[in-house]
Amino acid sequence: MRRVSPALAAYSWLVYAFMYLPIFVLVLFSFNTSKFGATWEGFTTRWYGVLFARQDVREAVVNTLTVAVTSTLISAVLGTLLGLGLWRYTVRFRTALTFLLVTPIVIPDVVMGVSLLMFYALARHLLPFQGGLTTVLLAHVTFQVSYVALVVRSRLAGYGPELEEAARDLGANGLRAFLHVTLPIALPGVLSGALLAFTLSLDDFVVTYFTSGSGFHTLPVLIYTAVKRGVTPDINALSTLLIGFTALLLIVASLLTRPRKVRRED
Amino acid sequence: MSVQGVSKSFGPGSVVLDDIDLDIRRGEFFSLLGPSGCGKTTLLRILAGFEQPTSGQVLIGGRDMGGVPPHLRPVNTVFQSYALFPHLNVYDNVAFGLKMKGVPAAQQRERVARALETVRIQDFAKRRPDQLSGGQRQRVALARAIVLEPEVLLLDEPLSALDLKLRKELQVELSNLQETLGITFVFVTHDQEEALVMSDRIAVMNRGRVEQLGRAEELYERPRTAFVAGFLGSSNLISGTVHELTPGGAVIRTVHGPLTTRHVSGLRVGQEVVLSIRPEKLRMERDDETEGNEVRARVDDIVYTGAENQYLLQASGQSLVAFQLNADIGADEDFDYDEEVALYLPPESLVVLDG
Amino acid sequence: MLTLRRFFATLGPGTLWLLVFLVLPLLIVLGYSLLTRTDVGQVGLPVTLENWQRVFGYDALFEEFVPDNLLVLWRSVWVAGLSTLLCVALGYPLAFYIASQPQRRKNLLLLLLIIPFWTNFLIRVYAWIIILRPLGLYPSTLAVLLGMTYAYLPFFVLPVYSSVEKVDWRLVEAAEDLGATPVRAFWAAVFPQTLPGLVAGVILTFVPALGTFVVSDILGGAKTALVGNLIQNQFGQSGDWAYGSALSFLLLGVVLLGLWLYARAAGQRGLEELV
Repeated sequence: MRRVSPALAAYSWLVYAFMYLPIFVLVLFSFNTSKFGATWEGFTTRWYGVLFARQDVREAVVNTLTVAVTSTLISAVLGTLLGLGLWRYTVRFRTALTFLLVTPIVIPDVVMGVSLLMFYALARHLLPFQGGLTTVLLAHVTFQVSYVALVVRSRLAGYGPELEEAARDLGANGLRAFLHVTLPIALPGVLSGALLAFTLSLDDFVVTYFTSGSGFHTLPVLIYTAVKRGVTPDINALSTLLIGFTALLLIVASLLTRPRKVRRED
Repeated sequence: MSVQGVSKSFGPGSVVLDDIDLDIRRGEFFSLLGPSGCGKTTLLRILAGFEQPTSGQVLIGGRDMGGVPPHLRPVNTVFQSYALFPHLNVYDNVAFGLKMKGVPAAQQRERVARALETVRIQDFAKRRPDQLSGGQRQRVALARAIVLEPEVLLLDEPLSALDLKLRKELQVELSNLQETLGITFVFVTHDQEEALVMSDRIAVMNRGRVEQLGRAEELYERPRTAFVAGFLGSSNLISGTVHELTPGGAVIRTVHGPLTTRHVSGLRVGQEVVLSIRPEKLRMERDDETEGNEVRARVDDIVYTGAENQYLLQASGQSLVAFQLNADIGADEDFDYDEEVALYLPPESLVVLDG
Repeated sequence: MLTLRRFFATLGPGTLWLLVFLVLPLLIVLGYSLLTRTDVGQVGLPVTLENWQRVFGYDALFEEFVPDNLLVLWRSVWVAGLSTLLCVALGYPLAFYIASQPQRRKNLLLLLLIIPFWTNFLIRVYAWIIILRPLGLYPSTLAVLLGMTYAYLPFFVLPVYSSVEKVDWRLVEAAEDLGATPVRAFWAAVFPQTLPGLVAGVILTFVPALGTFVVSDILGGAKTALVGNLIQNQFGQSGDWAYGSALSFLLLGVVLLGLWLYARAAGQRGLEELV
């Protein structure tokens, strides 16, 4: 059914307009001469310069990237193993395990953040936990693992156990079968899971807010504290850059993952 | 390959294989034939090493395979779903086993080329599995297994996903291939015609047990149980009691009157037996020839299947089936609905079934 | 074939991690909710139900019913609920529109939808300040509502879209052939097919909305405090971790209950598809 009423089309474009309105305004006002952003006073790129000069921003960028890259690496490994295990084995507690995996995804961020805050406070007596990179890192991995595991599992879902069996039949032991057959097949899933995890870490605010202790700022936390003090154009500039970066990542990702399903009819 | 007392159960109450004893000779084309659920695939998997028997052992070339994992066994498997590696092209798929063994590159190339030629798929070496048709994928799966020159090749219903014509072609090809290569084939199928066409010997399985093992003609002409009689082709089953034993044969009292059979081993007077006779062995006549073993019947239904006429007959309250090849003589040899006929049951063709 | 060693190799590390960093902390939350506040950020014995009583509006100290909390809880529910409804109103037709477009346009429209979805939540929310302040609508409950609807709209549309895309439109023809008007045909033939996606979308919108504090913190004020803000407070200035834990665990309980019910209804498959 391809007949679409013009009313529906118009309505839909209005919704899109609604979705992009604040983004456009934000981008626009990052070029606004006026510092207080209430009215448009002229075009300038001055704020981008101010932004790059800020020490705290540069630190936050480094922190954010460090956390994102490291946590993605860890969660990619853990998550892939989990996804693999879920795909390969039908364990009795499979439902319980799935439930466990879905929980970090549906759980309200506050609850996760708060729980980790208290966990760290308690654990400080036992382990050398310093608020900062480590605590944030561990927290990020915790919610990333689920996403990676589920993405990997769903990528493998189309394939059955015969592939590994065939590999073993042909002379590969368990490890080699995994490396030469299962892993290459799972790889697209691992990569998109990792990309997902990376973006989630980059973007996370609430959990980071509760687990970063004092002095360790990531970009989202920095933006938050800045906004609480009052929206300024250099923050708008920062936001614009982030939006641009995200959009770019997504466009690249969508170009890379163009479905290449070429099925020959028997 | 020797299967000794192998049993397999997946937990209490689910016995999939019950005390299987088989000897598979070197170089033969051996089939495991049976309906789904009879355990043939499980047995094959045990031979391959993917399952361990609950009891009993498997010997290959005299060596006990207990605890030996699949990648160390001198067997290779062609899977029902082919299990071609989707991320590798045909060449790499076939070369996989050689790579695992560490065969030097030059030798790899040579052996892969030869294997591809043997199954006649050398033109497709660069293609990926999803660009191949079912028949082509099957050949790749074959090539991948035979390139390793295993002692035994296990095939798990490899032709079941193909259409009829292709299947028949490949049946012949596989049979020839086996003869040329001299590798022992263990072939699993539920298609009795396929097994009859291709195999040297067949083990007919039902519900986890081997009902009968032997060459194709043996199984067909002298089935030992009702199951085998009914699974390989069709058969007419007639029950009766042994009335008399003579040097020429045994006389069985049946609802159709006394019938003589030549197969007398192990019979005692008064024993309850079931006789089996193949539909194509029954001779339909218009007049009584009084040769004995004659049953009066009425034609109930006729099925024309091209090469033959299948007659469904009613005799003394029992339905019997008779096949007649279509003679080119003409219509007067064909029988009509409701016609009364005399059925002659040749004594050599009346087989006595066990139990 | 599951051997213990293989199990631990694959499922082990991830599960262990989640047990330590997810389940254990949540158990701590439960534990703390039953203890007494001794100092800022400290708790100790005795074990008490006071915190839970306070959550539900009963002040044990003065032995009186103080509904302030319940007001906050109620506000959270209706704001989350209303914004979910708005998301449905905005997003459900949108899903159909996208599904009706030819492939290339569809991909473009989906990409346009996904970009806001992936853009930093914080940025998308605070951007409204720039718009609403000159209009005098900032800060206010309306701003919070608007912000929430805006923030969660993509979360809603994507699962709904995946259901809508799979709709078999021939059922509409069958219904109309049997005498239904176009409207009735839609409700009878199309709507039920979109139900799985609709339910998933609602869950993925309502649940985070229930627990949010960012939107209300940035676009609202003290008068628009939601559960999330309340919790944030306890772990910030007030330092009453016991009370905060009780609130958190309540929120968690509600969410897990909903999830469990969904799992019962949709089975394990549905659970996995949620992502």
